[in-house]
Amino acid sequence: MITVNTRENPWREGLTVQALLDEMGFIFRHIIVRVNGEFVPEEAYAQRQIADGDDVQVMHLIAGG
Amino acid sequence: MGKILKQIKYTPAKIHRGYSNKSLYINVGDLRVEEKEVTEFMKEKFVGGKGFDLWYLWHAVTPETRWDSPENEIVMSVGPLGGITQYSGTGKTLVCAISPLTGIPIDSNTGGYFGPLLKFSGWDALELQGKAEKDLIIFIDGNEGLISIEEGEEYPEDSHLLAEELTAHFAGSEEDKVHVSVVSSGSAAKHILMGMLNFSFYDPRRKTVRFKQAARGGLGTIMRDKHIKALVVKYKGIKPNLNDPADLAAINRIGVKYHKEVHDLDEKQNTMRKIGTANTILVMNKYDLLPTRNFQTGGDPEAVKISPEVFINQYLTQGIHDGCWYGCTMSCAKAADHFKLLTGPYAGLCVTVDGPEYECAAGLGANLGIFDPQAILEQNFYCDTYGIDLISYATTVAFIMECYEREQIGPEHTGGLDLRFGNAQASLELMHQMSRGEGFGLLAGLGVRRLKSIFVERFGADPKLLEDIGMENKGLEYSEYLHKESLAQQGGFALTNKGPQHDEAWLIFMDMVNNQIPSFEDKAYALYYYPMFRTWFGLCGLCKLPWNDIVPADNYKTDTPAKVPEHVQNYVDIFNAVTGKHIDKDELIRQSERVYNFQRVFNIRMGSGLRQHDRPPYRSLGPATAEEYLSRQERYDKQLRELQGLDPSRMTLDEKLAATRAYREKQFELLTDAVYERRGWTKNGVPTPEHLKEIGMDLPMLLEVVEKHL
Repeated sequence: MITVNTRENPWREGLTVQALLDEMGFIFRHIIVRVNGEFVPEEAYAQRQIADGDDVQVMHLIAGG
Repeated sequence: MGKILKQIKYTPAKIHRGYSNKSLYINVGDLRVEEKEVTEFMKEKFVGGKGFDLWYLWHAVTPETRWDSPENEIVMSVGPLGGITQYSGTGKTLVCAISPLTGIPIDSNTGGYFGPLLKFSGWDALELQGKAEKDLIIFIDGNEGLISIEEGEEYPEDSHLLAEELTAHFAGSEEDKVHVSVVSSGSAAKHILMGMLNFSFYDPRRKTVRFKQAARGGLGTIMRDKHIKALVVKYKGIKPNLNDPADLAAINRIGVKYHKEVHDLDEKQNTMRKIGTANTILVMNKYDLLPTRNFQTGGDPEAVKISPEVFINQYLTQGIHDGCWYGCTMSCAKAADHFKLLTGPYAGLCVTVDGPEYECAAGLGANLGIFDPQAILEQNFYCDTYGIDLISYATTVAFIMECYEREQIGPEHTGGLDLRFGNAQASLELMHQMSRGEGFGLLAGLGVRRLKSIFVERFGADPKLLEDIGMENKGLEYSEYLHKESLAQQGGFALTNKGPQHDEAWLIFMDMVNNQIPSFEDKAYALYYYPMFRTWFGLCGLCKLPWNDIVPADNYKTDTPAKVPEHVQNYVDIFNAVTGKHIDKDELIRQSERVYNFQRVFNIRMGSGLRQHDRPPYRSLGPATAEEYLSRQERYDKQLRELQGLDPSRMTLDEKLAATRAYREKQFELLTDAVYERRGWTKNGVPTPEHLKEIGMDLPMLLEVVEKHL
């Protein structure tokens, strides 16, 4: 298990930030990702692996007119 | 040109530190024209923009004033920062009046050139009172120092014709058209309660007049009821220092840095320069937030047919600067050029359609079940030229369509119009009926609140169902975001001053997705801070979009990225650089808080503004029908288990609906308690005298109102 935005979420071997975003349906471009508090730049999403027990924060900035 | 009824020469006031320190009063009933002083008290307590509007409106009306009373005023003001050209989004005009839909003050903000040109013509604000017997045109020439009131009967009604004609007439030449701005409504506005105002700006590249709208709350209806056909302002000589700022170099420095951000980051962030606010259509669809078929669900597979790419690739002209005021590099005012109309009185004509903005695509598209970009743009055009607020229109017609499909009304009531979801032709015909003032369009133009009563009392519809699914609060129709899964946004819509418009707070991602504000106290803080912060834009003449639709590349490093601290500091610094004052980010919030509470007390004075008026329709809070529950059954069953400890496998659908409803209604009441406390209000939503004193608004006129409700 990992937590995503403080909610429990299933984990699997080899899970990357990009794969997690895809599975969560997080397509909004204006986001900030942190894993265990460490900022992950967008260009690293495909490589950055998420370990079992990690705390992932995917902060969507405000949208809406 | 119509007969001149009155002409007055004046000496345009010199602007100092963002203010001309004069306002203009015109009574169209007796043609009185007066100049008023803008006092230091007004600037200290109300700043400008919406603050000035509400101050003047308070003194113009009584608790007995109705929207069509002669004393009701349309007041507009651009604010002290309005008209600077060094930063994006600095040309917003704020317009206020007692609304036909709500009976309380409405405030609506718009781009276009009118507000800044009005200020540079010497007027911080404009009050329009009284009622004329025949249509008038009011012309203000800021270079000549001339105010002219002329007969306007001979001019066309619809904005795309009227504004072109008036722009050409008062400009006198092609090169002078950019110095003219027109405020107009349209042929529907005199028949409906949701009439809006178009504010024009001339686009020299397209060689056409374009529009932004002060759309919400029926401002166009009031203007046409006063027989004002158009306002025209002309001012030539825009340059960066017209506001006589205290520190021009500081504004230049902040502006240059901001423009570089836009240049470097827009493509990676929200692509505002390509598509404008409609960039979020598929995002909202994916996150279950795109209101579909009267807010029943948050998306539909067909939404791909109205994706941003469809509009970009097939309709919107790219590569042309699209700002609605000078200096806006965000440039989000998109337009579809050479758009051929297929219906109505202008069928066959090729026009420029301003938009679609997100609200247009979501409202006139998904919420009506119309996934056809051509039909969306055609409705967009006709709403604009007829003077119809497309948000109120879309939410009202979505309600009508659901009533029709649920057989609460039928073709015998709609004059044969088959108003099912997805029927774009029926929607367009309804619009044309509004323009002609006939048929079912006349009823539809009354808005959701009145239709609920009419459908029940005259057509025998189910009152409980209609109360649940009619998406209005305080009489104003909801804007176009599904928000059932965000308690904070339920408050962001209903716990507002004017009604459910998203310009106070948009908290859905912070709440529902980020889970950043889990407790009632967290949500209450967000429903304190963001409405106050965003109110400030309306005091100063600013657009919200440059605040957070582009953010600095290192914004993620800050403690509060949702607030975009660097941009907040930009606003503080620009305010100080223009006015010569010395506010900080806390005083910025306090400035807003004064006006926000003033508006709340104004509502109470007008017989609204209490807790009972803040309650939303149930569909705002949760699944109102079995179909809605079943469409997201996994989610709702899970919530019954996790939030209430119930076993949905042992419950009937009716039991599940009832349990979900009871829980969600209770949550909203708890949220309301928390928000009122954070805002310094009683449990009935009344600002306390202590709070008014704390924020420097313990004015006798306000205390007299609130003391009756303590």
